[in-house]
Amino acid sequence: MAVIHDVMPAFELFQPPTVDDAVRLLGQYREDAWVMAGGLDTFDWLKDRIKRPKVVVDLSQVRELSGIREANGGLEIGATTTLTEVVRHPVIRGKYGILSTGAEAAASPQIRNQGTIGGNVSQDTRCWYYRAGWPCYRAGGNTCFADTPTAINREHAILGADRCVAVNPSDSAPALIALDAKFVIRTPKGERVVDAEDYFIGPGTDITRMNILRPGDLLTAIRLPADWAGAKFYFEKVRDRNVWDFPLMNVASAMVITGGKIERIRLAVNAAAARPLRLAAVEDAVRGKEPNAATGEIAGRLAVQGARPLRFNAYKIPLMRNLVKRAIGGVEQAAWA
Amino acid sequence: MGLIQWATSPWGREVPIHISFGLLWVSAIGGLLFLVVHALYVGYWAKSAEAHSREAVGTGIASRVPERVARHSFGARLFHGVMALAMFALLFTAFLPKMGVRFAWVTYHWIAGVVLTISVIYHLFHATFWLDFWSIWPDRVDIEDAARRLRRALGQAAPAPRKFGKYPLENKLYHLAILCAGLAVIGTGVLMMSRVRTPFFTRDPYLFGFSDATWGWMYVLHGLAGIALVALIIAHVYFALRPEKFFITNSMIFGWMSREKYLEHHDPQRWPVGEQAPEAGAAGGSKSRVPA
Repeated sequence: MAVIHDVMPAFELFQPPTVDDAVRLLGQYREDAWVMAGGLDTFDWLKDRIKRPKVVVDLSQVRELSGIREANGGLEIGATTTLTEVVRHPVIRGKYGILSTGAEAAASPQIRNQGTIGGNVSQDTRCWYYRAGWPCYRAGGNTCFADTPTAINREHAILGADRCVAVNPSDSAPALIALDAKFVIRTPKGERVVDAEDYFIGPGTDITRMNILRPGDLLTAIRLPADWAGAKFYFEKVRDRNVWDFPLMNVASAMVITGGKIERIRLAVNAAAARPLRLAAVEDAVRGKEPNAATGEIAGRLAVQGARPLRFNAYKIPLMRNLVKRAIGGVEQAAWA
Repeated sequence: MGLIQWATSPWGREVPIHISFGLLWVSAIGGLLFLVVHALYVGYWAKSAEAHSREAVGTGIASRVPERVARHSFGARLFHGVMALAMFALLFTAFLPKMGVRFAWVTYHWIAGVVLTISVIYHLFHATFWLDFWSIWPDRVDIEDAARRLRRALGQAAPAPRKFGKYPLENKLYHLAILCAGLAVIGTGVLMMSRVRTPFFTRDPYLFGFSDATWGWMYVLHGLAGIALVALIIAHVYFALRPEKFFITNSMIFGWMSREKYLEHHDPQRWPVGEQAPEAGAAGGSKSRVPA
């Protein structure tokens, strides 16, 4: 159970100066090590005494992990680049505006000044049963307290649940999936590059993790390919408080329109499942069609197929249907229904 | 390494949640060690002590034994094959994720569990009503002969053990062990299915009104039975592949064993076959006309 303290618990702190040093430390301490970037998710866990790592590897001194640089016609964003830097970067604003919008939708200005893009995509779920320290599946236990007849589960999953019904809370993740971003991971065996949608995993695959990072692994950068630069973008986040809140759901789409028809499209939603979902079936269905309200309607209905609401989150089904509809047809053409 | 993983329930009580999965390695290594020890025992020490008497069967009886002695019916072999496939699927889907292989294992696991459950229910009815039910259970002769075998292995004087009935004692004990472990995983597994989404239950962890501790012990029992099955299956595969046991393995594949092997290892009084077998259902008689 959560025991909230004002002071930090004892742990050994490492502040490696290079990626190589960080990876070596993570390889050395593995399950006992905790990777800290901006610290915004970390400090809750540690002060609540729910996660009790023996070693914290603070990445703040690793200069090579920070900054935005051009690479292969696209951009490479260091994992510890702050969300504010991402939001304000002129090339991101100009060519990859969906990421700028998504990153700006996260949290508050103060948090975006400290929070990193790597931390935003790698943060843990906000399920309060889990974060309260209850022994649920995600915490290594044998039940899900959020998926019971009496549970409070308004923010939980309508898709992709497998014992655990927690959702991924990242706002930048769907934007990165829509941009076909590549995640660069350093492992003890070398470097690995994965597609953005493959970085995230659901509870069926590993119920105690939200991404593919294993003990010893480190996300070092996110690459934005040139393919989707300057595409037609749409990002929308729905939350309880517009000033500062986690998403009830968000949607991101990137479209290339030729001759009035959708030539290429990538579409993703988050907070609908334990991982950000790329809606490949919807993409296939709308490719070659005009990006209008009728196409949006088809897309919206297709997107929610298979959705299974919990006691308090049935509203997420029309919410997702309408967000997808707006992501295809645009706000002007897609009225809420 | 603790044997059991514990956690604090929402009501502040320490409850078990799982076995320690390090026990998987204990079971696997234990199973492999058993193979080594058994192979050494058979190779170096057991030679002096015969498994059973080599006394020849009277020619009258022997002449009535068919060339191919039916041992396992098609239904029994089909059950064995389905159960084996389900068991391997269950073990792989249960333990590969614990070893770091990531895949969506839960659906495969419960489907394999349902297949196992159905096949075991079939076997219970089949064995009870259509086969010689008692042939697989240890009896007084088995115990006496085991004691004789032990005394002879220790160099003491003892009468030669008799030939086996339809199944050797080791086979019967193995069946008993797999029965206990199998029923434990099935019983707990069926209840645990109420905690995952399946077509059979509306997921509800409070469905049976069990406490967190009861659920925890259920998971522990499921885990213990699961890792016991790892060792048991290692042993089973080992025995199936031992050259002197090939005739038994073959009988599970083809359904019969040769007349020579039957006469060499089995007592026609305890496992009558062919013309010597009494009619099924006769008072006190075996039903071994119907292969089990």
